[in-house]
Amino acid sequence: MDDAVRLLQEHGDGAKILAGGQSLIATLNMRLSAPQILIDINKIEGLGGIALKDGFIVIGALTRHAEAERSNLVAKHAPLLAKAIPQIGHPAIRNRGTIGGSIAFADPAAELPACLLALGGEVEIAGATGKRTVKADDFFRGLYETAIGPGDVLTAIRLPAATPQMRCGFGELARRHGDYALAGLAASARSEGGKLCDVRLAYFGVGLTPVRPRKAEAALANGDIDAAVAALDGDLDPPDDIQATGKVKKHLAGVLLRRVFKQMVEPRA
Amino acid sequence: MNEYCDVNLTVNGERISERVEARKTLVDFLRDDLGLTGSHVGCEHGVCGACTVRVDGVVVRGCLMLAAQCDGAKVETIEGVSDTGEIADLQQAFEARNALQCGFCTPGMLLTAQELLARDSVPSRDAIREHISGNYCRCTGYHAIVDAVEAVAKARAGERE
Ligand SMILES: Cc1cc2nc3c(=O)[nH]c(=O)nc-3n(C[C@H](O)[C@H](O)[C@H](O)COP(=O)(O)OP(=O)(O)OC[C@H]3O[C@@H](n4cnc5c(N)ncnc54)[C@H](O)[C@@H]3O)c2cc1C
Ligand code: FES
Ligand code: FES
Repeated sequence: MDDAVRLLQEHGDGAKILAGGQSLIATLNMRLSAPQILIDINKIEGLGGIALKDGFIVIGALTRHAEAERSNLVAKHAPLLAKAIPQIGHPAIRNRGTIGGSIAFADPAAELPACLLALGGEVEIAGATGKRTVKADDFFRGLYETAIGPGDVLTAIRLPAATPQMRCGFGELARRHGDYALAGLAASARSEGGKLCDVRLAYFGVGLTPVRPRKAEAALANGDIDAAVAALDGDLDPPDDIQATGKVKKHLAGVLLRRVFKQMVEPRA
Repeated sequence: MNEYCDVNLTVNGERISERVEARKTLVDFLRDDLGLTGSHVGCEHGVCGACTVRVDGVVVRGCLMLAAQCDGAKVETIEGVSDTGEIADLQQAFEARNALQCGFCTPGMLLTAQELLARDSVPSRDAIREHISGNYCRCTGYHAIVDAVEAVAKARAGERE
């Protein structure tokens, strides 16, 4: 691990970390990126594994999507992730792609960054000056830009473990199974006396980063789904992309909010 | 990135020691250096599944892994699993049901289907479709492929009883 951080320092912008390679090698093959050196972190000890610690579920950066998908700990303590991971790409991608890579890459249409944000999780980073923890709300900075600086390695993510009061919901709309989403929504809240509080919504595919629609969150906490859908108009400003126009995405965001809200208020089996 | 790396790995059970270009992908290494041309190259960015191989027991994209990363790994290709007879029944079912035409997608399709069958004894048709969603076939329209995989799942489950 120290070697990786040192190599990153030495080579500055010319060096790239290689985790699952499911995004990075694709860009190399398309000649969209040309690092001088790749630092393969796959054999570094201690970057894998899923554990429950002090009320958090801690997932090591190198944990493959497939491992988290089949983990009993994730199913029990991070049900939002269990819903989201099967939507990532295809089985062969999930066998290789890593949780840390997804968060570090921060594709605006990716599922896991939105889940991290919806759960109010944290990211553990190791750098030249030691270790630090960054809250999800402060982690995503811009298009493919995060709090990970040059010389930093994401080592783990921490998600608050689910409680009996916790409600979560997940939905996405994609053209075909496994495609990146046109729009998607990850959500969490606490249910108290029949109402939702601490509502955290995180949209993906509708901005440069995962986006929290604050006015819609407040409306949902008041139990008013119609007002929440209406509030999205001011909360979101999705740019047009090759998949859909911003207008269509905004409409889909409303459809998703109704679906996800339903998942969150339905009595649990 | 014009460096070279030494790799020691097994490919279809055979030990291999080679010096590879650091930027060479696993599928290019298998095809160009080892002459194992059963794994195909389509899109080269992870979308089509033509390059599917097994590394340490799991199905991966041969175009999204570097040969240099396979040091110490156990790599299996369509040639290997054909020789061992592991998927003979699946291959027969593909042939019998016309689940291949040009055959470009077939090696990847077989390896991907085998992974599902090994885990889930009789998957639903939906589960089969979902599992092969990352393997594109431009010829068959998938229906015959799903038929073949389903038939093998049922036959294997019957044998186990
Ligand atoms: C066909 C296809 C479909 C896909 N569909 C989806 C999808 O629907 N949803 C989705 O979310 N993803 C999808 N992906 C991407 C996949 O989830 C990747 O696994 C993920 O985006 C990156 O993870 P990785 O481990 O492969 O990272 P890499 O490709 O190895 O790295 C990606 C970037 O992150 C950096 N990085 C990686 N790990 C770290 C770390 N620990 N610390 C600091 N920096 C790091 C790398 O330097 C690089 O810049 C798809 C990929 C393919 C090929
Ligand atoms: S060539 Fe690897 S997925 Fe298309
Ligand atoms: S048989 Fe031709 S691509 Fe599938």
